[in-house]
Order: sequence, then C-alpha cells, then structure tokens
Amino acid sequence: MSQQYPALLVVVPLLAALVICGAGWVNKRLCFPIAVAGLGVAAYSCIGLLLRVLDEGVIVYKLGGWDPPMGIAYYVDHLNGLVLVVVSVVALLNLIASKKSVAQEFPDKIGPFYALYVLMVTGLLGIVVTGDAFNLYVLLEIASLTGYGLLAMGEDRAPLAALNYLYMGTIGACFYLLGVGYLYIITGSLNMVDIARILPSLYQSKAVLGAFMICMVGVWLKMAFFPLHAWLPNAYTYASSAASSLIAPLVTKVMIYVMIRLILTVFTPEFAFNILAVSEPIVWLAVIAIVMGAILALGERNLKKMLTYIIIAEVGYMVGGAWLGNRVGMTGAILHIVNDALMTLCLFLVVGNIVHKVKGYAFEDLKGLFRKMPFTMCAFVVGALSIIGVPPTCGFFSKWYLISGAIQAGHYAFMVALLFSSLVNVVLFFRIIEIAFFEPFTDHHAHGHDHQPEPIDEAPLTMLVPLWIVAAALVIVGIYTGDIVNNIIQFAIPEGII
Amino acid sequence: MPELISTIVAKYNYWIYITLMMIGLYAMIAKNNLVKKIVGMSIFQTAIILFYVSIGAKRGATIPILEHGHGSSHITHAVDYINPLPHVLMLTAIVVAVATLGVALALAVKVYNQYNTLEEDEILTQMREK
Repeated sequence: MSQQYPALLVVVPLLAALVICGAGWVNKRLCFPIAVAGLGVAAYSCIGLLLRVLDEGVIVYKLGGWDPPMGIAYYVDHLNGLVLVVVSVVALLNLIASKKSVAQEFPDKIGPFYALYVLMVTGLLGIVVTGDAFNLYVLLEIASLTGYGLLAMGEDRAPLAALNYLYMGTIGACFYLLGVGYLYIITGSLNMVDIARILPSLYQSKAVLGAFMICMVGVWLKMAFFPLHAWLPNAYTYASSAASSLIAPLVTKVMIYVMIRLILTVFTPEFAFNILAVSEPIVWLAVIAIVMGAILALGERNLKKMLTYIIIAEVGYMVGGAWLGNRVGMTGAILHIVNDALMTLCLFLVVGNIVHKVKGYAFEDLKGLFRKMPFTMCAFVVGALSIIGVPPTCGFFSKWYLISGAIQAGHYAFMVALLFSSLVNVVLFFRIIEIAFFEPFTDHHAHGHDHQPEPIDEAPLTMLVPLWIVAAALVIVGIYTGDIVNNIIQFAIPEGII
Repeated sequence: MPELISTIVAKYNYWIYITLMMIGLYAMIAKNNLVKKIVGMSIFQTAIILFYVSIGAKRGATIPILEHGHGSSHITHAVDYINPLPHVLMLTAIVVAVATLGVALALAVKVYNQYNTLEEDEILTQMREK
C-alpha cells in the first residue's frame, strides 16, 4: 500500500471529484463526507510519503511501469514531500472549516462546489508531485480552470474579476508551455531529471536562456509577482469565503514551489545563479514587490482586500529569498512556503468566520468584534503576530532566515524591504485590532441609543476548531522550526548552494 | 539584406507563431470588448499549438506509422518519420484550450447577465455609479 502513495494522492481526489459530481444529483448531504474522505486519503498518503522520504530518500514512482524518459514519473524528495503535506493538510482543514459557510452562501450549488474544490486540490497536488514538465502544465491548467470557477462563485463583482484572472492566468500558463517547448526543442526530453542531465553542455545556448526566462515570466504571472499582480486582489476579495481561504493560501505558494523546482532541479542552481546574471535584478524586483504590496495594503479600508495585498508582499519575500542565491535565503524561502500557507489560511478563516456572522469585511464592520466573537479574534491576533513576525510564531523564523540570507548575500535593500514590510504590517494589524477592540459594535439595522455590551455571538464550533488548530500550528511550527530545517529543508537544497 | 530575408524564410514557422501570438496578446490587452479579448486569448493559445506542431515536422519524412511493424525485423530510421510526440502533446493542449474557452465564455455570459453589456468601460462606469 505505501508503495502506491504517490499515485493515490492524485487518483483518490480525482475519483472523489467525479463521485461528488454524481452524488450531488442524488443527495446533497453526501457531497461533504465524500470530499472529506477523498482529501483525507490524500493527506494521509502525503504524510506517509514525507515519512518515507525522511527514511529512504528520494522516491521515484513510475506511472504504469514505464521508465522515466519515455513514461511519466513522479519524483518525491524532501522539497515536494514537505509542500505536499502543507497543501493537503491546508485543503482538508479549510474544507472542514468552511462547511457551514458553504451551506450558507450557496445552498443550491453544494455538489458543484465540492467537486471543483476537490478537483482543484488534485491539480495542486499533481503540480507538486509530478516530475514531467508537460504533465505539470496540464495539472496547472486543471488547478487554474477549477480555480476560475470557484472564484467566480461569489459576490456580484466576482465573475468579472475571475474573467480578468482567466486572461492573465492563461497567458501565464501559455508562457510556461512555450518555455517547455523551447526546452523540448533543445533537449528532446520532457522529464525534469532528464532535461537537467542533458542541459549542462548547452548552457551557453540562447534558446536555453529564452526557455528559462519565458518559463519564469509565466510562473510569475501565476503567482502574482509584483508588476504582474493586477489580477489577484479583486479575484480573491470578491470570491466566497470558502473559495478564497482555499485559493489564497495555496495557489501562490504552489507556484513559488514550481519556481524553486525549476531553479533547483530543471535548470540547476549553477545555471540560474552563476551563468545567468539575473539574480540581482530579480531580487530588486522582489524588493519593489514587497514595498509596493505594503503600501497598497496601507491604502485599503477593507480587511479582505488588505490581506490580498499582504499576499503580494509575501510573494516578494519568497521570490527574493529564493533568488538571493545562498543556502540561508533558499531555506527561508522554502520555510516561508509552509509558514505563509498556514498564516494566510488562519487569517482567511478568520475573515470567513466574520463574514458568516457579520456579513461584511470592511473596517466599519469590525467594530466591537472582540466582544462579539472573542475566540475568532484571538486566533486573528495569533495570525497577525505571525505575519508581523513576533518570535514564538513561525513567521518570525522564516523572516529571520530571509534576513540572514540577505545579509550574507550583501543585499541590504532586500533586508530593509523585509523590515519595512514588517513595520507596515504592525500598523496594518494594530489598526484593525484597535477598531475591533475599542470601538463599540454598531448594528446598521438597530437605531437604539442604549450602549449595552454586545452578547457573545460566535461562529459555530466546526468553524472555530479548525481555526484554532491552525492558530496552534502557527506556534508549534514556530517552536519546531529547527527540526523542520535540519531534517527536511536541509536535504531539499542541493549541496552546490552554500 | 538577402541574408536577413533568408534567415527569416528559413525559420518562417517561428515568425508565424510569434506574429500570431502578438496579435492575440494585442487583442487581450487593447480590446475593450470581453468577447474580443477571449478571441485574442484563443489566437494566443493556437499560436503556441501551431508552434509545437511545426517543430515535429521534418523534410521528406512521412507519417509515423510502421507498416507491418509487428514481427518484422528490418530497421526503422527515425529520420524517415516526423516526430509524433509534439502532436500528441498538443492534443492535450487543445483540450485544455477548449476547456479554457468554455469557462471564459460562461463567465462572460454571467457578466453580461449582470451588467447587460460586454464593453469593459461601460461595466466600469456602472460599477462606479453603484
């Protein structure tokens, strides 16, 4: 059984999505348990795989028994083992947490929603596990197409925002496909390991440079790296809370993983950092991304949209960290994939709870929420502290690695940008905490002048418990950072990078 | 100048795909109508599909089907057959392109039902009026 984990983690959710589609016609109540079962099996396989990788090293799984250069192979090493666990666990927790809000927001579309949800997770897991460059494109489009559908099921402005995302996302995926085409012309192979084996003698070729840059631009479009970020804020803000708390933590992080995989495995760090002289301008772009993300977030008077701009800044953290070209920076970038997925999930689940109870997420809706929803807001404080980077939470440690990497590389502008964005995050979150803690709750519908304390009106337990698990995970991951780095991430980075 | 023309002619398939791609990109960026943008997106995707199909071609080669391939022992030369792999890949990419087109048109219908127009500037003015 454990031999088949790499196949199971893609096949089971894929079949579950099909079954949910059918079950939605029979009885809507069947959809949720099937989705939980499918993603549960996927999460179990992912965790099992990571444990096996820790034991045995890299696992190669040949689909259908065909040998790698001809057939498609799944490679699981420490890097994607870790990302697989994060993706599957985040998706499962969010699925459970958002059950009530899905039932509230679109009661007649439960079947299609869960089918798209599980299919999207299939695509994301497939992107992470595959070792074939073209296969990655197909799974990328599966994840994107379902993502457009999920994001469009939301407020009035959601379809237009999703359509704009579709235009940009298609350009991004097509660029990636074009880059893969260049690689195929040069090497005659689509297997990532095989390409990496053939490429070294061709590093001087202009076509390799073209392939690399085209792939990078495509991936940056998909992850909303700063000048290419315009689609993200609206698409994530106007989506339903269940969809945005799935997509916001995962899609950008999985695309960062793809970028790191391209750098580390396909093109090798030797080519990306030493032969090409592009790391300096890219880190500068990341600096601009971080600063602009922070400034744009300051201008928002709307919690959910503010969070989307914070995501853009965080993408800058990870791209910059990966391109610093040293071991500490790369460690920080990979660790930040884990941490940022958890932090973003935590904050978006809080938004989901607030929307569930208050029906709004503008700053005016947040007044007096500490009295009305104390448990949700405590989790919000933990998530906010983690994004700011306060020590016991995990956000501090990845930022620490990124800043040390910046100092080691001598790139002080990146360090200053990281510190600047942390300070801006302090302002952003304490502004919200102030509104929610000190300003009295005002109901738009009641016009009474009595100032009685608002009774506690919390979100249901099925939403609170996953939120608290995530909030606790932020602290636990922070405490065990050393173990994660020493046992997993250290082996994920090739020894060539010092 | 003749050298330039000969380099362009020798790699004409790449020039065609680049031209098509730029037409598609232009339509997606500059057009105001949402459906025209979708058409541009389709042109963009088709350009890349054509690029892939063209790289499988070989001069003087035939379709990659071995007659009496089973049991015969004579050697086949790869040079005699065009490369089928890019074509097979593009079958998948065409499916993806069709699915993308379907999702895009469905979203456009939803937008139209909401605003009664597909012109982006009119939609934006309607949004501002709200």
